[in-house]
Amino acid sequence: MKIRKGIPLIDQHDKNGFYGGKFGGNFIAETAIKPIQDLSKLFEKLRKDKKFLKLKDYYFKNYLKGETPLFKLENLTDHLGGAQIWCKDVSAIHGDAHKAYHATVNALICKAAGKKYIVGDTGAGMFGKNLAMAARELKLKCKIFMGTKDIKRQAPNVKFMREAGAEIIPVSSGSATLVDAVSECMRYYVSNCDTTHLAVGSAIGANVFLKICAYSTAQISRELKKQLLEEFGEIPKMKLVNVIGGGSSAAGFWSEFIHYPKKHIELIGVEAKYCAPLTTNAKLAILHGAAQYCLTDKNGQIKETHSISAGLDYPGVSPLHCFLKDTGRARYCSASDEQALAAFKLVTQLEPSVKPSLEPSHCLHEVIRLAPKLNEDEIIIYNNCGHAYKDRKIIQEKIGYYPT
Amino acid sequence: MRNAIDLAFQKGRVEKKPLLISYTVCGDPNKKKSLEILKSISEYVNIVEWGFAHNCPTADGPDIQNSSYRAIKNGVNLKDTFKLVKDYKKYKNSKPLILMGYYQMIFHYGEKRFVKKCKEVGVDGLIVVDLPWPNNKDIAKLCKKNSICFIQLVAPTTTKKRMKMIIKDSHQILYQISMISTTGKKLKVSSKEIIKNNKIIKRINPKKNVVVGFGINKKNISSLKKCDGLVVGSAICKEISTSLKNRQNPVKKLNKMVKELKRKMS
Ligand SMILES: Cc1ncc(COP(=O)(O)O)c(C=O)c1O
Repeated sequence: MKIRKGIPLIDQHDKNGFYGGKFGGNFIAETAIKPIQDLSKLFEKLRKDKKFLKLKDYYFKNYLKGETPLFKLENLTDHLGGAQIWCKDVSAIHGDAHKAYHATVNALICKAAGKKYIVGDTGAGMFGKNLAMAARELKLKCKIFMGTKDIKRQAPNVKFMREAGAEIIPVSSGSATLVDAVSECMRYYVSNCDTTHLAVGSAIGANVFLKICAYSTAQISRELKKQLLEEFGEIPKMKLVNVIGGGSSAAGFWSEFIHYPKKHIELIGVEAKYCAPLTTNAKLAILHGAAQYCLTDKNGQIKETHSISAGLDYPGVSPLHCFLKDTGRARYCSASDEQALAAFKLVTQLEPSVKPSLEPSHCLHEVIRLAPKLNEDEIIIYNNCGHAYKDRKIIQEKIGYYPT
Repeated sequence: MRNAIDLAFQKGRVEKKPLLISYTVCGDPNKKKSLEILKSISEYVNIVEWGFAHNCPTADGPDIQNSSYRAIKNGVNLKDTFKLVKDYKKYKNSKPLILMGYYQMIFHYGEKRFVKKCKEVGVDGLIVVDLPWPNNKDIAKLCKKNSICFIQLVAPTTTKKRMKMIIKDSHQILYQISMISTTGKKLKVSSKEIIKNNKIIKRINPKKNVVVGFGINKKNISSLKKCDGLVVGSAICKEISTSLKNRQNPVKKLNKMVKELKRKMS
C-alpha cells in the first residue's frame, strides 16, 4: 500500500471510494445512494468554484475569526529538558475546537444544495455546538443527535446548542454514546435525505462525508505551514502529534505534510486506550458506511468502548488513518484516562495560557513521554484542538480542581 | 436458476394472489421462540425473511432495532442462525427462507464461507441492506452459483438509469422500498404512488417479481394487493415487543396477526 505522490490525502481513494484498496467505500442503503451521489458531485464542483472558495474563506476569516496561533510552550519545554514543544492552538478558534471548520463548511454546502435542514452527530458536543452555531449563522434548521450519556457529561455544550436554537435528539440505544448517535443520525438521514443535509461529525462515514470533513479541517495544516515558514524560514524537521477519535483533527493537522519523508516530518496519532483500533491491531470491519479498523467482538458485533473523553469514545476510526497506518506514513499509540489527566495537570500548571480539553490531553501524554528523549534542536508540535471548559466538572472531580 | 422462491411466485401468479412475506429476527425473543414463531406463521405466509442481528443497524427503525437488540442480548450469532435455519427447513410446512442483514456480519464471517453455509442449511435468498449495487456484484454471482436468489433493492430515490442496471443484474426478485425511510415508519406515501413506482419497475422487466416493503401493516395491506408480494416486518416485530410487555405468548399472538394480514390480502 502506497501514498500516491502529488495527490491530496482525501483524494487518494479509487473510484469506489476505497483508500489503499480496502478502507472506506460506501456501505449504505439504496435509498441514500442518489442523495449521496448528488452531494458528492456538488462537493467536487464547489471545491473548484472560486466563488464558493471565497465565501468559505470569508467565513473562516470573519465568522471563525481567522488564523489560530502557533507558539512555543517555553515552560513545558524547560521542565522536560528535551525537544522544543510547540502548540498549534486550534482551540482559539471561534467555536473552541477544530469541529468549527467542518461544521461551517457543511452549513455552506447545505446552503449551496438549496436545503434548509441540517443534521449532525456529536459526542463531546464540540461538533454539535459548532453545527448549531453555523446553522444559526446561515439560517438553517438544525438537529443534533447525541447519546444520553454524553448529554450528561458534556452539559456545557448542550446548553450552547440549545441556545443556538438547535434541537437535540437524545439517543439512548446501545451504549448511549457517540457510536449510537452517529447510527441514529444516519437513520434520520435515510428517512429524510430528500430534504436534509447530513453533516458527519468526524472523518468517518461514506466517502463523501469523510472527504468534506478532512477537506475542511485541512485549514489547520495550511495555516501551520505558513506559520512555520514565518517562524523558521523553512519547514523544519519535526513531529506532529495529534489525538485520534474519529480522526478529523489529525487528518486536518497532517494533510499538508503527508508527502514529506517520514524522517523530515513524523506523524504520531494518539488514541484513547480502550478505544484504540489502530493501536490494538483491531480487525477490519464495516461501521457507519465505511470499512475501517474497528473494535468488534468474536461474533462481528461492534464493541462498546470506554473513555473519559466523550469525543474519543468510539470503536472505529477514519479510513484515512487506517490508510496512513498501513502505508507506514503515521504511527499510532494510546493514552489512558489517567495518563491524559496527568498530562492535563502538568501542562496547565506550567502553561496557564493553554487549556486543552480531555481529547488533546491524550496526545499531550505522548508529547511529555517523547520530549525528554530528544535533543533541544528537535521540534514537537501538537494540535491543541479543543478547549477544556466543557470538561470542567469531570476534571474537578478527577484532579480536585479546575485551573483558572 | 430455479429454486423454491420461483415456485412460490409461480403459484402466486396462477392463483392471481400476492405473496405474503414476513420479516422477523432470528433469536427474537430467544432462539427457541423465534423458531416456533417462524413455524407457526408459516401456516399463512408464502415466504419467510429472517434477519441476522447486527448491533449497528443504520437502516432500521425502532421496532426492528428492538428485535435485533433482544436477539443479540440472547446471545444469538451466525452459527446459531444457520443451525436454526436448518431446523426450520426440516419442518414439513416450511416455506422458502430469505436471510437479511448488514454486510459487517457477512464480512466478518467471510463472504464465501457465508454463502456456502447458506446453501448447506437451505437458505433460498439473501438481502444485504448496506451492500448496494454494484458493490454486491461479487456476492450476487456467488449466490447464483449456489442457487441462492440474491435480492436487489430499489428505492424511490433510485434513478431510472440506475434502476435498469440493477434490474439487469438482478435475480428473480426485486425488493421495492416503498418510501424514503428506514424500516418501521408510518407509510408516508399513498398506495397509488407505490403502485405507480411498482409499474415503472415492472415495465423495465415484467418477468421480475417485485415485492414491496417498508411501512406495510394491516391497515394498508389490502390497498397494495396488485403487487407480486408484500413484506411485513416492523409491524410483526412490534407485535413481539407488545406481547412480551403484556406477558402474552408471542407465538400465538403472531399467528393470529399474520392470519389477519393474509385475510386482508385476499
Ligand atoms: C476537542 C476534540 N478533539 C478531538 C476530538 C476527536 O475527534 P477527531 O479525532 O475527529 O478530531 C473531539 C471530538 O469530539 C474533540 O471535541
